[in-house]
Amino acid sequence: MTAKNNTIYFDHSSTTPCDQRVVDAMLPYFTTIYGNSSSRNHAYGWEAEDGVDTARAQVADLLGAQPKEIIFTSGATESNNIAIKGAARMYAKAPVGSDNRGHIITAIHEHKAVIDPCRRLEREGFEVTFLEPGADGIITAQMVKDAMREDTILVSIMWANNELGTINEVPCIGKACKEHGALFHTDATQWVGKMPTDVEADNIDLLSLSAHKMYGPKGIGALYVRRRRPRVRLEAIQDGGGHERGFRSGTLNVSSIVGLGAACAIAKQEMKAEGERLKALRDKLENDLMSRLEVVEVNGHREHRLPHLTNISFGFVEGESLMMGIKNIACSSGSACTSASLEPSYVLKALGVGDELAHSSLRLSLGRHSTEAEVDQAINDIAAAVEHLRAMSPLFDLWKEGVDISKIEWQSH
Amino acid sequence: MAYSDKVIEHFQQPQNVGSFGTSSDVKDRSDIGVGIVGAPECGDVMQLQIKVDDSGKIEDAKFKCFGCGSAIASSSLATEWIKGRTVDEALEIKNTEIVEELALPPVKIHCSVLAEDSIRTAINDWKEKNGHKVEDDHHHHH
Repeated sequence: MTAKNNTIYFDHSSTTPCDQRVVDAMLPYFTTIYGNSSSRNHAYGWEAEDGVDTARAQVADLLGAQPKEIIFTSGATESNNIAIKGAARMYAKAPVGSDNRGHIITAIHEHKAVIDPCRRLEREGFEVTFLEPGADGIITAQMVKDAMREDTILVSIMWANNELGTINEVPCIGKACKEHGALFHTDATQWVGKMPTDVEADNIDLLSLSAHKMYGPKGIGALYVRRRRPRVRLEAIQDGGGHERGFRSGTLNVSSIVGLGAACAIAKQEMKAEGERLKALRDKLENDLMSRLEVVEVNGHREHRLPHLTNISFGFVEGESLMMGIKNIACSSGSACTSASLEPSYVLKALGVGDELAHSSLRLSLGRHSTEAEVDQAINDIAAAVEHLRAMSPLFDLWKEGVDISKIEWQSH
Repeated sequence: MAYSDKVIEHFQQPQNVGSFGTSSDVKDRSDIGVGIVGAPECGDVMQLQIKVDDSGKIEDAKFKCFGCGSAIASSSLATEWIKGRTVDEALEIKNTEIVEELALPPVKIHCSVLAEDSIRTAINDWKEKNGHKVEDDHHHHH
């Protein structure tokens, strides 16, 4: 089963196709330039190292960083783990085995790749504050400031949320951390390559990114580690040959690193125009659906969010059945039935979105190859599916009768 | 997750969608039994209405469902199966039969349980309205 012929791909926040230009840049590194970039004594190694150096410069250029500050990893999950556990263990206030080893601030609607490392640190004697966002989904600098303690060593707040696209107050949070003397890490997986980044102006000490969210290959990512003011130190998780300044041992994945570099270079050139084009399409998608259907709500802040995605709830319709009704559109839902845990989206719950609206949500994320024709098709398909399902929804009937659904005593299991 | 052909069939062309009136319309009709089970915050609500004749036979059944494809298919199938049966025969329907017929995966067994519950709740409502004894033996067949 290859190319799902008639299926529109609106799930770019999950992953993106590899750009052909990225693939072209990578190909020689499989069969021709196959040396180990750590081999210092022959041309095969030097050529591979040149490829890695170029890529490192390309990634750094996209972030406003120095090449030496870029550590290649397997992706944002690994970058988050190295940054969060590595910083906490290095800057711990007390030795292994004791309590009160230091305070960490993060948020309840972070990606699991941030939450779970923080949970592990709790078991290792660190204390973690999980901030709750406002109803708009945003973590403000004031929320972080209010949670700061004398022993706060690390703050980890994502730049843009993966389910909502909402943008947290990163430059100001970074500034607050700097003033307080805490390190600031941001999971920028959804942000980098879509929006301009400057680790200096944005006050970032540690930043995670992933290639496959920006038209690069899967299984490769990077961690930015600040080297000056302050020079950030990390306790490595993976021991070995001391690659990547000792932060991440293991032979470098040269072909994928070259791909990540190429993806960054393309993003740097194209993201502004692409963002404007996708915002127009996204706004059309949202506005048309809202004008055609009743009880449609966009989740998260309407302005402070990424341009290419919408998280939108259709009242009285369950998300998995909605996805079944739009089988020619690949997208995601916050519905419990679409998750492994059978729980509705914890991100939407964090916003105080009612559970029934969380069950009714779709995340539609557009990308480089999305067209207006696809958006028009999606509007028609979604509207038709919502109408089909509302025709059999007892909740839609109750709403039309003017019954307040939240006041009914339901016989839940 | 791939759905079975039968689930897709019921989802695309659900049988017996509708109602014999709003909840207040049918509240005092002794020939109608209503079962509403599930909860919006759990992601599924099934409403089953049955129309029962004097001999206790289910003449007609209508459903509405807020839920996933398997929940919709389970309730659609339930209406097909109970039509023409007596209420006592309809009470014999087990959720496991629905699971088998629709080839539901383990994570969707919940939907079949809900369908069985909606049948029982609707029949009990009809029985109460007509002064019949209601069995309070409420057990699930997971």
